[in-house]
Amino acid sequence: MSPNFRIAFRFLTAKKRAMLMSLSCTVLGVGLFIVTQATTSGFEEFFVKTLLGTDGAMRIEDRIQDTLRSMEVAGSPDFQIRQREGVKYIEGVEEPQVIMDTVRSFANVRGVSAVLRGNVQVSSSFKTEDAQVFGIKLEDHRFVSELERKITTPEGLGKFQESAGSALVGRVLADRLQLTVNESIVINVRGESRRYVVAAIYETGVRDIDKTRIYIDLAEARSLLRKPTGATFLQISLHDPKRARQEAAHMEEVLRHSVRPWQEREKEWLSVFRALSVSSAITVTVFTLIASLAMFNTLAMIVLEKTKDIAILRSMGYERRDITRIFLWQAAIVLAIGAIVGGIFGAAVSWGVSLVPLPINTLFKTEHFIVALSPWHFVQAITTAVVMVMIASLVPARRAARLEPGDIVRGTAQ
Amino acid sequence: MSTSLHAVSAAPVGDFALRCSGLQRYLGQGDGRVHVLKGVSFEARRGQVYAIVGPSGCGKSTLLYLLGLLDQPDGGDIEINGQRMSNRDDFARTAARGAHIGFVFQFHFLMLEFTALENVMMPMRKLGRLTAPEMEARARMLLDAVGLGAKTHRLGTQLSGGEQQRVAVARALANQPSIILADEPTGNLDVKNSTLVFDLLTRLAKDNGQAVILVTHNPEIAQRCDVTRPMRDGLFV
Repeated sequence: MSPNFRIAFRFLTAKKRAMLMSLSCTVLGVGLFIVTQATTSGFEEFFVKTLLGTDGAMRIEDRIQDTLRSMEVAGSPDFQIRQREGVKYIEGVEEPQVIMDTVRSFANVRGVSAVLRGNVQVSSSFKTEDAQVFGIKLEDHRFVSELERKITTPEGLGKFQESAGSALVGRVLADRLQLTVNESIVINVRGESRRYVVAAIYETGVRDIDKTRIYIDLAEARSLLRKPTGATFLQISLHDPKRARQEAAHMEEVLRHSVRPWQEREKEWLSVFRALSVSSAITVTVFTLIASLAMFNTLAMIVLEKTKDIAILRSMGYERRDITRIFLWQAAIVLAIGAIVGGIFGAAVSWGVSLVPLPINTLFKTEHFIVALSPWHFVQAITTAVVMVMIASLVPARRAARLEPGDIVRGTAQ
Repeated sequence: MSTSLHAVSAAPVGDFALRCSGLQRYLGQGDGRVHVLKGVSFEARRGQVYAIVGPSGCGKSTLLYLLGLLDQPDGGDIEINGQRMSNRDDFARTAARGAHIGFVFQFHFLMLEFTALENVMMPMRKLGRLTAPEMEARARMLLDAVGLGAKTHRLGTQLSGGEQQRVAVARALANQPSIILADEPTGNLDVKNSTLVFDLLTRLAKDNGQAVILVTHNPEIAQRCDVTRPMRDGLFV
């Protein structure tokens, strides 16, 4: 144990009340920082998981076609006219099978599914609602969504798999139409009506989806929407969804189709979560600010009370930097204890918060607070506390070091 | 390094441990500025005990702090063991204090959160010449020498005034300095304890060939010193 640390520890323990005040503020600052970050990132992660399980990690939507002018330039190397190249987006995927085969060759791709979408009206014996038909091939779609796990009725997907005349209806839409399994619905497109049996009811938790989407077999959808070829989009799931941006850029180059990663598709919501996270971090940083002020106050008091001790130490050969270190060690001791206790406090409160009932059924579905503790939350909380408390401690520490021993002793002796 | 109290004499008795010449010091600012020391010169030999006496405000303590490198003169030179210190930076003066000078102050100035043993070990820990067991052995030996061998683990607050001053003497001797500076070391003690502390200080210092310079108002103490230097109005008379 270094002499400076030993002295710092004794100085600190001699001021128990002030030290406990600084310590409790540090514990609160670190702990609440962790709690707020764990809850905001918990909701964000849950939202991301929900949308990945529903709409996949990426979507291939439109074919990219070079404009005529730029093709001419590209095809005629003699003409070196420098101008911005234009592109045109042609809606939908014309050759879904070819694109799907190519997409499957990407190592990170877990699954790919062609989806044909169309606006329809759906009627039950009770009422009529606007909806969207999603034509899917179940064996492909199983790999790109968690639809199977979102089925809330005990029948599961068995009937949907067996019968082309069946449909999967979202929970909200089913409630609005007062539908149950095995009841029939009529889907109306451009004056043509077809009857389907409700094979199962699903609930993703995302209200907009559960209110509008009806899943039917892809071949049936082609017939209903009169689109014998092509797909509205291809839904892709990845082994590592975090790499969606890179994969999308790569695929776009290879496939000459517009590829949208989930980060871009949901960027509005993601930015809301980011803003919430930052704002809550700023709010709880007030506790850390109070901790740093308390530390400043404690050290300033100790400097005032220990001027004689500072003079003694200086007379014994302790340098100015030793005095600075003695006071910074005091801050470091409070910080170390505060970080450990604050970390435990933060983890415990986060766990407690995760038990708090909180029914949500709009952006996603949950019954409780969602918490996602990450080592990064601890690192961020402790780094914030260290920076703020150490900066606040520097002032009294440097003041103590600047004290002239002669002035102190003379003031006492005369 | 030996931990024996008697194995210290770095130089034969008679050598100058400390010299100063033409020391000037002003204190205060503006209209309140006072010329406290007006060109004081002084020498201290090893193994000798010096008393600086004089009325309050004559500059005795100011001179002592200058000699102890706790303060900077406005003019004049100070030499510690032949090395000119008055023009050195804070780092060099601090190092010289730790290695060559031991202080005993009037108000004991023990660090009260620490035991007697820890107080005596404090300068040794900073100097770092000895290992931890050697430091402890030397601190115990010094506390034994000042008659506090049985109270090594008492906190400063658990010791009487006389005991605290004896711990301060032991601490001043901890790094085997060549110079002991004492500012009214008995000023706060009763007659019995004054005699005890003075005898202790002079005996241990003489045994180790250290120069002892003490500021005192006590004429009996001054009489018992080898050399008495009376001061008045910032000058020796």
